[in-house]
Formats: sequence, structure tokens, C-alpha cells
Amino acid sequence: MTENLNVFAVRTLTQKEYFAPGHRACQGCAEVLAVRLVAKALGRNVIVSNATGCMEIVSSPLPFTSWRVPWFHVAFENTAAVASGVEAGLKALMRKRRIPRKKIISLAMAGDGGTADIGLQALSGALERGHDMIYICTDNEAYMNTGIQRSSSTPFGASTTTSPVGKVKMGQITWKKNMPAIAAAHNIPYVATACPSYPIDLVQKVKKAAAIEGPAYIHILSVCPTGWRSAPELSIKLGRLAVETGVFPLYEVENGKYHLSMDFPKLKPIREYIKLQGRFRHLTDDLIEEIEKRVQKEYEALKERAKQGV
Amino acid sequence: MGKRVGMEVSIAAAEAVKQCNVDVVSAYPITPQTHIVEHLSEIVANGELDAEFFCVESEHSALSVCVGSEAVGARSFTCTSAQGLALLSEITYIVSGLRLPIVMIVANRTLSAPLSIWNDHSDAMMIRDCGWIQYFVENGQEVYDHVFISYRTAEDREVLFPAIINMDGFTLSHVIEPIELIEQEKIDQFLSPYQPLYSLHPDHPVTMGAFALPSIFAETKKAQEVALCSSMPKILEVWKAFGDLTGRYYRPIETYQAEGADTLLITMGSFGETASVAVDQMRAEGRSVGLVKIRLWRPFPFDDFKNAVKGAKHLVVIDRAVSVGGPKGPVASEVKSALYGMEGHPAIYDFVAGISGRDVAPIDFIKMVDKAKIEIEEGNQEGYELYGVRE
Ligand SMILES: Cc1ncc(C[n+]2csc(CCOP(=O)(O)OP(=O)(O)O)c2C)c(N)n1
Ligand code: SF4
Ligand SMILES: [Mg+2]
Repeated sequence: MTENLNVFAVRTLTQKEYFAPGHRACQGCAEVLAVRLVAKALGRNVIVSNATGCMEIVSSPLPFTSWRVPWFHVAFENTAAVASGVEAGLKALMRKRRIPRKKIISLAMAGDGGTADIGLQALSGALERGHDMIYICTDNEAYMNTGIQRSSSTPFGASTTTSPVGKVKMGQITWKKNMPAIAAAHNIPYVATACPSYPIDLVQKVKKAAAIEGPAYIHILSVCPTGWRSAPELSIKLGRLAVETGVFPLYEVENGKYHLSMDFPKLKPIREYIKLQGRFRHLTDDLIEEIEKRVQKEYEALKERAKQGV
Repeated sequence: MGKRVGMEVSIAAAEAVKQCNVDVVSAYPITPQTHIVEHLSEIVANGELDAEFFCVESEHSALSVCVGSEAVGARSFTCTSAQGLALLSEITYIVSGLRLPIVMIVANRTLSAPLSIWNDHSDAMMIRDCGWIQYFVENGQEVYDHVFISYRTAEDREVLFPAIINMDGFTLSHVIEPIELIEQEKIDQFLSPYQPLYSLHPDHPVTMGAFALPSIFAETKKAQEVALCSSMPKILEVWKAFGDLTGRYYRPIETYQAEGADTLLITMGSFGETASVAVDQMRAEGRSVGLVKIRLWRPFPFDDFKNAVKGAKHLVVIDRAVSVGGPKGPVASEVKSALYGMEGHPAIYDFVAGISGRDVAPIDFIKMVDKAKIEIEEGNQEGYELYGVRE
């Protein structure tokens, strides 16, 4: 049901593109799809601060740009600080009547590396200071721009160029860092997870984040065929499977209260998700089972939180 | 004439930032810069300055916040020292590449290790090539004055470069000096509100901070270098305008008793005042010694410097940072490259003195001049010594 709704409701989205075609992302890149949807959701009154990473590189080879809205790239780890400066500067200029008052959204965008690893401190600082801004993490579960190295957001078992499969190790040996929970722990008004395979849900969340005063954090799972070693035409399906298997549940945390955006009484077997990705090719049945158990446990815990309204 | 009051130099610096009607202040505390941030936070808390003030979680973010605010057209300020400067150094190169006219005061302090909170120029030398306009000031009045001078110069559309005011930690930041304050009306006349050439705003979307392939990178760097070097006339023009306003005229190179002197001391920063006392003493003894002070470190005033030292036989350069394993002191290397190929150029003797705040008194300058004279006369034309080290 929800699936069908999502398919048709896509036509209700604006036809305007603020992120132009002609960018250099790989075929089947869901990260760039997420960016395009975010840009659609926010419209023209936005200033984008983008961290170093795939999305920066594919969209801004001097002298070209894919951006039809003001866009800013400074460095890898400081995007939250830059976007907070954008917000502060606009606020001061409007208060001092040097530019006309109007709502301009300060949007920060970074990959999982730029968020969960090197940019975590700047993000925490910006969330704690309470700037009126949106921070979006496009999570493709590794440092893709530099050649598929592991991040703290890479899932357990995934092989990357720095968590390779060897004679004694089976890919990533740590579990994915729970970034949304870290963001929520800052007691900010809005945290959400999203995935471009559910475009309406994603757009609605971004719009909600824009309407809320104070910091909002949205964590977007972004399938990366190049890094995941999956077929480009499967990106949308893989995003759906990530949600349907419970690997990446879609939820919101509004003023500290969790609620699931869609619930599945019965999760799909995780194998369906894993078998389509070369990065998991080496996983044994035991390891897959271990992952499935953990995913189920975390999903149940999340459901419980949502049920209790905390 | 403005009011002359005794005040701590850091307080004077903060007052100047207030008088510039800065829009965003973002900083992180580190000795000896702390008093500037503390006083600025008081100023904002008292409503004396209408600015967004953030004490952020690191220096890296302090400058990054300023990058964001400056890019939307807000006049922004930060300040730091040593480890803080090292931490934000990554962003300094980006700010100049983006041509954002942020002003930063650096209360110069020694870089670790060993950890030391005291003053030298090792921090400033680390970011020597970051592409900012870089001043080294000599006293409290110069710190105060250069906040106005820096904003007006940096924001000029023919310049558009960030500026650093280097002031010696403790020896300047923590001392009380008589400062001639400038009336606000005069400041408003001297410094108009910032009108950015390009800024981030939805009404005129631009892309800032695009990446460059090798096929275009060199062109962008060349453009940057040409722009920084050709901002020299503007730097001079702003100093001139400031002089006309206040009677205090500044030059890239300042000389004292240098005319016709056989030996010239070369200093940068607060050493200039102590060295001038030493010069007076040596002059009283009938010795032909003068002083050349470098106020503008970047863009380096090669021509002015050459003119200032023309005719001298010995130059005694006093560096305040060690270039470990490199071509000795950083100021001396600059001096040597400035004079390379100049006919009959003077012998250059380089001392690194007063690192990590070790006291250097007038007598020490005299001793260094004496030592250099003996060495040079014995044929050591390019000597180097870390002065006053116990062995
Ligand atoms: C301080 C610093 N360290 C390292 C890098 C190199 N670097 C650039 S992008 C990147 C990885 C980006 O990964 P992520 O944030 O996940 O974005 P993605 O490319 O995967 O979208 C790295 C390591 C850098 N630019 N700056
Ligand atoms: S490497 Fe992955 S995230 Fe980067 S552009 Fe290609 S598909 Fe997209
Ligand atoms: Mg990534």
C-alpha cells in the first residue's frame, strides 16, 4: 500500500530542479538522488554548505556547477560550523537591517565520514549551540570519494579498502555507529532517518525540518553501487530492502519522542539485502545470522521506544 | 585628538573590534589571547555591540563559523594563539583562496612541544604562506589602530584578502599602555559597512569553493598571488588615510636612526621598542647602529626593505622562531632572498632570540651587535646563532 502511494505521489513533487543534470556521479548513485530530492524539498531560499566528499566533487568542477541555489564548500570536517556561521551571519545582517528579512534556510550536508568521524565535533558544537539549521548526513557507509575506505558508519562485515577481507579478518569488525541517536542526545527538536527509495517520506521530512526552529538532523541512507559493489539498477530496490529488513528503519525523533515512519510486523530476511551486494560476498551463514539477530534486536528496541513514546 | 587612556592592550583590541561594528565574533579561548575574547563577550553581553557571539568548541570551528558568516556578507572576527592557530591553520589557506576578508588577531605564542604559553613567533611562521595580509605590530596603539586598518584594507574590492594582526603574547597582550582612542564618528567615516562583491544569498545564487582540476588550479593560484601582491598600493593608501585621520602614519618598513648607519638591527613585532633603546645607547657611544622594523610581513615589502638597508655593511637579524633543519631563522631567509643579487649587499648575521618569551633586554641587542661584528670581521658572512642558550 505505502509503496504504491509513494510511487504515485512522486508526481506531486515540484518539477523544478535546483540540482542540475550533468553532474558527475556514478550511474545508479542514490546519494546524488537524495541530494536532488533535498534540493527540491527546500526550494530556492536556501544556502547549502557542503562537506568535501562525493557530492561536492561530482557537482562543482571549476568552472562548472550543478547548483542553482547558493552553494558553499569549505573543507571536510567543518560543515556544521560553516553552516552555523551562515545562519549567524544572516541573522546579524537581518537584525541590523543590512539585508531584507526573509526566511533563508542554512543547510549543511556531509557524508557519513564527514559526519560520524571527522566532523562529529563540529556537528556536536553546532547542535549544542542551537543554530536554526538543517544538517543532512548522506550515509553511503564508507569514504567513497577517496576510494571506499571504512568509516564508523560502515556496517559490520562489509569489506572496504581499509577493512578488507583477509585470511584472518572478515571485513569491518565494528558495528555501525548510531548517528541519529547521537544527534538526538543533543536534545534538538527534530531528528529523522530517510532514504531516497522513499522519496515522499524523505521530502516531507526535509520540509518538516525546514519549518522547525532550531537544529534539525536528517540521516539519509544512500546506496552507492560503486562502493557496495551492487548493480546500479538495483539502488532503489536496495534502499527499500534496507528498510524492509530492519537494517535501516525509517523514523523520526520529535522533541525527544521516537516514532516509526513505517512499521513492518515481519521483517524481510536480511539475506535478501545482503546477497545483492559484493561488499558482503564473503559472509558466512553464521555471520549473516549474527547480523540478523543484532538487527532484529535493535529494531525491536526502536519499536519499543516508539510505542512508549520516549 | 582622541582620548588617551591607560588600558590593557587586549581590552583595547576588543574595543576596536566593537568600534568596527563587527557582525559575528567566534572564538575559542587560549592563553594569551583570552582577554580579547573575554572582553568581547562582555561587550556583547552589555549590548554595546550588536553581534552574534559564539564561544565555539574549537579554533577550527571558530574560524569556520567566520567563513560561513563572512561569505553571507557579515563582518567577522576571530582571534587565537599557537596551538589554536595550528588547529585552524587548515582553514587559513581556504579563507584566502575564497578571498574572504576576515580579520584575525594572533597573540603570538610558542608552539608546543615542550608546551609553553610564552611568546615567540613560531605560530605565525607556521602559516607564513597562507595567503593572508600579515602585520606585525609593535605596541598597543598599533594593535588598536590596525583593527580598523585591517578591516578597511581587507574589505577593499581591490584587495579582498583576510588579514592577521600579529601581536606579541603577554609583552603586548597583557600590558597596560596608554592608548589614544579614536572617536566613533571618525571611525564611521574611515570604515564603511562591509559591501561584499559576492555573497551567498538566494537572490543571486553563486557557487563558492568549487574544486579545481590540475588544468585550472595553477591559474587560480596565479590569480591569487597577483592579487595579493597588487594589493600593496591599497595597503599603503589605507595607512595614508588612517594617518590623515589620526596623525599616525604607518609604513611597511619602519626605520630608526638607520640613515647612513653601518650596522642595522632588523626586528619584527614588540622587539622594535626594546631594540630602539639599545640603538640609543649605542648611538650615545658614537657607534653607527640603526634599526629597521618589519611591520608588513605579507605581502613582503621587498622594495621598501631594500631601500631601508641600502648602504649598510652589517645586518643583524633578530628572529623569533627556529626553522628546524631549514635555512636558519625565517625572517633572515626572507631578508637574504630580498637582497640576493643586490650589488655589494651587506653581511647578514642571524640571531634567534627570545623564543618562548625569554627576556631580551637592550643589553642583549648590544651584545648581539657586538658578536655579529666580530664574527663578520673574522669572515663569517652568514652566521647564525640561537642567542643566550646555556650550554
Ligand atoms: C582533513 C581531511 N582529511 C581527509 C580528507 C580526505 N577526504 C576527502 S573526502 C573523504 C571521504 C568522504 O567520505 P564521506 O564523508 O563518507 O563522503 P562520501 O564521499 O562517501 O560521500 C576523505 C577521507 C580531507 N579532504 N580532509
Ligand atoms: S562513489 Fe558512490 S556515492 Fe560516490 S558518486 Fe559514485 S555511486 Fe555516488
Ligand atoms: Mg560516505
